[in-house]
Amino acid sequence: MGKYILQRLAFTVVVIFCISIMVFVITHVVGNPVDIMLPLTATEQQRIELTQRLGLDQPLHVQLITYLKDLARLNFGVSWWQRVACEEVIMKFIIPTAFLVTLSCLFALIIGVPLGIISAYRPGSLLDRTITILSLSGVCLPPFWIGLMLMLVFAVNLGWFYTSGFGAWKHLILPMITLACNPAGHVAQIVRFEMLQQLNSLYAITARAKGVSEVTLLFKHCLKNIMVPTVTMLGVDYVALMAGGSATVEVVFGWPGFGNLITGTIENLDFPLLQAEVFFVAVFVCIINLLIDFMYTAFDPRIRF
Amino acid sequence: MHVENRPVEKKKRTTLWLRFRKNKGALVSMIVLLIILITTIFAPFFSTYDPGKTNLRGRLSPPSLAPMTEGAAPHILGTDQQGRDVYSRLVHGSRVTLNVGITVATFGAIIGIILGLLAGYFGGWTDMIIMRIVDIWASSPIFLISLTFVMVLGPGERSLIIAFLFNSWTLFCRMARSQAMAIRNSDMVESGRAIGAGTGRILGRHIMTNIISPLITTYVMEIAHYINAEANLSFLGFGVQPPATSWGLLIGEGRTYITSAWWIVLFPGLMIGITVLCLNLVGNWVREEFDPLSIKQ
Amino acid sequence: MSKVTKNHILLSLRGLKKYFPIGGGLLTKAKSHVHAVDGVNLDIYEKQTLGLVGESGCGKTTIGRLSLKLLPKTAGEVYFNGRNIFKFTKEEEQKFREQAQLIFQDSFSSFDSRNTIGTIIGEPLAVHKIAKGKELQDRVAELLRTVGLKPDLMYEYPHTLAAGQKQCVGIARSIALKPKFIVADEPISALDVSVRAMVLNLLKDLQNTHNLTYMFISHDIRVVRWLSSHVAVMYLGKLVEYAPTEEIFKNRLHPYTEALLCAVPIESPRDRHIQREILLGEVPSPVDPPPGCRFAPRCKLAEERCFIEDPILEERTPGHFVSCFVDFRGDAEIS
Repeated sequence: MGKYILQRLAFTVVVIFCISIMVFVITHVVGNPVDIMLPLTATEQQRIELTQRLGLDQPLHVQLITYLKDLARLNFGVSWWQRVACEEVIMKFIIPTAFLVTLSCLFALIIGVPLGIISAYRPGSLLDRTITILSLSGVCLPPFWIGLMLMLVFAVNLGWFYTSGFGAWKHLILPMITLACNPAGHVAQIVRFEMLQQLNSLYAITARAKGVSEVTLLFKHCLKNIMVPTVTMLGVDYVALMAGGSATVEVVFGWPGFGNLITGTIENLDFPLLQAEVFFVAVFVCIINLLIDFMYTAFDPRIRF
Repeated sequence: MHVENRPVEKKKRTTLWLRFRKNKGALVSMIVLLIILITTIFAPFFSTYDPGKTNLRGRLSPPSLAPMTEGAAPHILGTDQQGRDVYSRLVHGSRVTLNVGITVATFGAIIGIILGLLAGYFGGWTDMIIMRIVDIWASSPIFLISLTFVMVLGPGERSLIIAFLFNSWTLFCRMARSQAMAIRNSDMVESGRAIGAGTGRILGRHIMTNIISPLITTYVMEIAHYINAEANLSFLGFGVQPPATSWGLLIGEGRTYITSAWWIVLFPGLMIGITVLCLNLVGNWVREEFDPLSIKQ
Repeated sequence: MSKVTKNHILLSLRGLKKYFPIGGGLLTKAKSHVHAVDGVNLDIYEKQTLGLVGESGCGKTTIGRLSLKLLPKTAGEVYFNGRNIFKFTKEEEQKFREQAQLIFQDSFSSFDSRNTIGTIIGEPLAVHKIAKGKELQDRVAELLRTVGLKPDLMYEYPHTLAAGQKQCVGIARSIALKPKFIVADEPISALDVSVRAMVLNLLKDLQNTHNLTYMFISHDIRVVRWLSSHVAVMYLGKLVEYAPTEEIFKNRLHPYTEALLCAVPIESPRDRHIQREILLGEVPSPVDPPPGCRFAPRCKLAEERCFIEDPILEERTPGHFVSCFVDFRGDAEIS
């Protein structure tokens, strides 16, 4: 187990290193920041000045070494847009997003698992088909559109919630439900699929033959066995939402989170901030992936390292 | 004893068609997708107005079947903030959306399948290098990397395609590899070698035909995925730039008028949802239908 | 067939070795090797059948694959018609692929299940560009009839057939190119007892009509006796005894052969008095085996020498080869 953790950690470091290099290549080799940042009418003098200010006049390998040194010291520089250290900006924006996304995923689990179980219990029934259509819609409809529609009905017309902002629970409900649609659809689908397999398995038939009640069978035996795929699925969705997937919904509801930050970063061509964001998200993705891996051991007694 | 000259291929095809007809969901999805594809290709023919033609008098008018002025076509899905016909913009907007989805999935599939087959069939160093790259890609924040491309190349259709292509190959690569690995050591491949079939024939005739159905499924699902991704980025304003349009951008532009003109937002969103849903249903059907273990009699 | 006829040698193995590495990654060397085939010399005469017997895991299948050049060798040579198959040019290799074929234990797993029976049987002909179109169809129909199946089956898919029929289709494909030499790798062990006789009879008939040479790999002694002209007994990657069939059933010169042949169930309760050699212990691991005779740890007659020196295969009586230090002779009648 110890060796396995070490191996995974080492690989994580390699991955983060490679991603940093990737970002460097995209920003410094594929494109030239100076071209993008200055208007087309800029004079040659302005171009040279900016190039020098960004340190782009040095040879590429020198730039790369400076870049990597700064990364190793976790020194991301000052955001051009917000005028403060990048890590501070990220910390300020990431907390609302983490709050929202975590609540959404929990909500998705609470909604998705029962829907999946009900669906699997009477496959082919009207209820099953309704739930299947619902979960497919959750997966297929663009989240920002769902958000706008929910906003139209519940905030604009019914006035139950606020349309945008941050602070009260009335701000929270709509974006939370919106973001939960996609993962809830995934969870319901996977729970239904796994549950059907479990219910038709030999052990379930044996349990029924022994006289185990349906409720015990469903909740005690089957549910335990479908936790691993479900949690993995949810983990993937969680990572995707945290890594920018929530951006559109945050924009719709004016949520002051990471997604909004990313949008602002691109609009303001804030290269240092973007590099810092990629680094943070890469680290975050790796940590969650590690956690999912380790969670396997907790849920599945067959997997041992 | 005489040999009946039954046309084998035809028989196979008709049964496939029969089974396809039985699956209502897949059939309807296929028809809807065809309709969307045809209207996209012949957009100018199907649109009732010039999608860029503004009419400031008729701004934000709701869907109606009655023409605004005598002799003009009705704005069946209403008009937007500049009085442009929503229906015509919808028909034209699908061009970018579908183009991005199909281009990215197609090129991703070609690159990924070739690399995956090489990795899976030859193993060793080839496999190790390709799969390490795929692993790193899989743990990278794809959304942010895509945005980095957009930032560096400037927003637009071309940047989106490049950014998405950057990671669309990895899924195909993984799929093709695992399938090729499973088949590589099978008796089927050995028997192919025993009768003297070359590597090319084995890879192309036997391995490809056996892994094609999961790959088609992945392909269809990936088109859906990138249609969604394009909508997301266009909604944020990082995709095609006005006056060109796409479904995502239509929603992005219309969202400020949500309180007064819901129709600008509603229809493009429904179109994205329907397209993605149909692609998913067709993909699922392909998966179930062509599973070699479930070929019915 | 039982007569030892000094015929033309079709296939001969010389010092053939195949080690499979275990462990070790791309950068590290393999930690150990499975000695699947460890120095085998063997001749197969034209139009005869060599029965290759031994317990599972002794390397029978590996020898079969090596003889057809389906696996890379570790050392040694294989001569087909006097030519070294590992040094074939491209054209020679193509020719060899026409002349030497393989029958699988489970033919179905060797079919591309998306193809019809007709395509499967016709593939060898298509690969070697021997026939196409209508002619190909006629050839396939002919082949199906040869193996006792209805030509109509060519339009069916393999999973619709019964196990025995699948095996017949596999055989039909193997003889499609009119080969000289066929390796039959346990062709009946996956079949129901009821259809085994049919497949065996088919193999025997084909041998007569098509002038085939078989390497018949099996662990069923009685089938081997019925079909083979020669028997080679393998133990852990090595040949321990090799002789014409009737000779080996009369005179076993290796204790392992004795044990193996006597493992056949006795058919009649009246014969229960016959002394039987019961093999004790487990087959040792073929991973980096110790020096000495591989059978020594399980051999009742093992002497001190057996654990130190490795006996070589030598001709004890004309045509009868054995690798054993002990002067053993098992001549009890085997039913």
